[in-house]
Amino acid sequence: MAPNTPNAYDPAAAVAAEGRTVNRNIAEIVNSGLAARYRAERRFKVYGVVAIGVALAMLATLFVTIFAQGWTAFTTTVIELPVTVEREMVANAQGEVTTDSLAYANFAVPMRKALEAQFPDVTGRSDKRDLYAILSDGATYRLQNMIRENPELVGREILLEAPVAADFDLLAKGQVDTSVPETERRLNDNQVAWFQTLQERDLVDSQFNTILFTNGDSRQPELAGIWGAVVGSFYTLLVTLALSFPIGVAAAVYLEEFAPKNKWTDLIEVNINNLAAVPSIVFGLLGLAVFLQVFGLPRSAPLVGGLVLTLMTLPTIIIASRAALKSVPPSIREAALGVGASKLQMITHHVLPLAMPGMLTGTIIGMAQALGETAPLLMIGMVAFVVDIPGGPMDPATVLPVQIFLWADSPERAFVARTSAAIMVLLAFLVVMNALAVILRKKFERRW
Amino acid sequence: MLKKTIVLAALATVAAAGAAEARDQIRFVGSSTVYPFTTTVAENFGKTTGNKTPIVESTGTGGGMKLFCAGVGTEHPDFTNASRRMKASELETCQKNGVQDVTEIKVGYDGIVVANDKAAPEMAISRKQLYLALAKQVPVDGKIVANPYASWNEIDASLPNEKIEVLGPPPTSGTRDAFVELVMEVGCEAALKEQKVELGKDEMKAVCQQVREDGAYVEAGENDNLIVQKLQANPNAFGIFGYSFLDQNSGALKGAKVDGEVPTYEAIASGAYPVSRSLYVYAKNAHVGTIPGMKEFIAEYTSPRAWSADGYLADKGLIAMPDAEREKVAQAANSLQPITMEQLKASH
Repeated sequence: MAPNTPNAYDPAAAVAAEGRTVNRNIAEIVNSGLAARYRAERRFKVYGVVAIGVALAMLATLFVTIFAQGWTAFTTTVIELPVTVEREMVANAQGEVTTDSLAYANFAVPMRKALEAQFPDVTGRSDKRDLYAILSDGATYRLQNMIRENPELVGREILLEAPVAADFDLLAKGQVDTSVPETERRLNDNQVAWFQTLQERDLVDSQFNTILFTNGDSRQPELAGIWGAVVGSFYTLLVTLALSFPIGVAAAVYLEEFAPKNKWTDLIEVNINNLAAVPSIVFGLLGLAVFLQVFGLPRSAPLVGGLVLTLMTLPTIIIASRAALKSVPPSIREAALGVGASKLQMITHHVLPLAMPGMLTGTIIGMAQALGETAPLLMIGMVAFVVDIPGGPMDPATVLPVQIFLWADSPERAFVARTSAAIMVLLAFLVVMNALAVILRKKFERRW
Repeated sequence: MLKKTIVLAALATVAAAGAAEARDQIRFVGSSTVYPFTTTVAENFGKTTGNKTPIVESTGTGGGMKLFCAGVGTEHPDFTNASRRMKASELETCQKNGVQDVTEIKVGYDGIVVANDKAAPEMAISRKQLYLALAKQVPVDGKIVANPYASWNEIDASLPNEKIEVLGPPPTSGTRDAFVELVMEVGCEAALKEQKVELGKDEMKAVCQQVREDGAYVEAGENDNLIVQKLQANPNAFGIFGYSFLDQNSGALKGAKVDGEVPTYEAIASGAYPVSRSLYVYAKNAHVGTIPGMKEFIAEYTSPRAWSADGYLADKGLIAMPDAEREKVAQAANSLQPITMEQLKASH
């Protein structure tokens, strides 16, 4: 055995030797091994620090890349043009401006005329087409809405602020390399020059991108927004919360307070724990088979999404609620029963209020999980292109993570930034929910 | 109290949902390749005609066919997108489930490109060389062996002295199916013929269709945007994806010549570029009249402002069919001429 290792100490040999030498020997042996033991401890600490460092570095890389790609999506480029909608353009055969005649009028024409007025020397048909490409379809819709709301504007010059097409938005943000040959980029030299002229005339401005937060999905990146997905997520989570919280708490209370301890309750407990580990896509398949095919509920509806996510979050809530109930000391129960409360009174008046912060924490964490889920929604048709903002849990809708997935898969370059922006919004929601869980726990949790 | 209200509200919604109401919105399922085009039409349709904007799900061609053929009724979709033609067996399933008449609308073409970073050297490659670079097993000196090629110039001296590194779609993707059919199988036949190797049907399938798994071919997921970003980071790598992604990223990437043809809009439209496929939309005739707007939607999809060479779909990267063919398809589609088993069998 090597003499400098601590376990080299042989007690039998030590006892055989004289007392004083034994003491000195032990001290020597301990001292000689001490450096190695300290080194081992320091190494262990370093491993820990490295592990945390790697995790933090990855998190930082994630946030930095998402932020670096996404921040440009929070601003958008708008063009300000004086537009006149002529009376004859929007009037019906009788020369009157009615709601109907406004619905069928072509508002692209006045927009184009306004742009042409800026560049009177552009005449050729293909040149004009190139020029019109600066305007987004959104400009036409905006003009139409303005006139619809206020028909008195017909015939007057109005200063219309409208988004530019996504390619020009990228140009304004310096994300188009104009040094490559003309044939190899989406904007030709004329278009770049026209846009620069507009910038010099101070008609182009950069604004906060409200469209991103107020519109539904769109194939035109400059008109695409996450509001539809946010509303869809809201309805889905509302259904999930309304079903999973009462069911989860009731199940936990019964299992913890009433159920006899036998092999049936053991079996149920094991199954609940197993359910928590089932891959989420399986719940989607179940939703397809049961909610859509047997009950005949509509595809893509937040109601079905909520039902599926309820199944997924139930185990999380039940497990957290049972832990919260377990942490309420038995003395409280006994005291309540001792002063004559019934079992139901004991639970509703004393145990539940004390366990509630823990239950809510578990629920919020379950909800945060459900908010980030896409896989089960794929099977029930929520991975879809939905333009209209859903008006209730029965309307077709999509959810935030699905919107991110769909944008990430779009060829248009402007969607790259929007994808990251949507991820930031989703992360913000998750951080808020988790912070809420922490605050609830900090504020109301009692320790005995 | 609040909790009670929420529970009651939830129960009420579930009860209300049981009575599924009639649908007034068109529903689409199907291919993720056709998805960007159909959604563009859907959005324009919704904004200009006053109908509700159709819901378009991205389920993949095969998954879409399954849903589409499941039956007639408002719980089933009205259209499906497909990045290949419907199979005769799929029409059979359709008809067995009561979906008797299906209208086929060929909407245009999509090219599959092999592209690399703008800064990298230009590449001209044949389908045979692509096959030799990417197959799991290849014929060498008259024998089938595991793919021995590590760099491009080992296949042919005209190719660069670079490691073979290709990012492409996984087997679940329709783009991958099309690539195997249009490049690998054609290249494989040429290679086998040259080496004078005769193979049985099953063997042929294994040799011609399997893509190597030793790291030279990287499955980059269904997300073509990811491939585009990786190519920009690594100029030595090539990527395989749909033409629309090359079109949208033409400032950063360039397509390799395949069999001497540069993947341009014109070359794919004329059929000169060899790796292109047709894209389809299928309509369920039985739903016309029940679901409002189906006829109008078909009219919008087949209108010149949508699918012609200077329509809005071309802006999104769809390759338009020649005028005469478009007219023929539009006529058949708008009169809801059902497709027959014979037509589908003839194409296989």
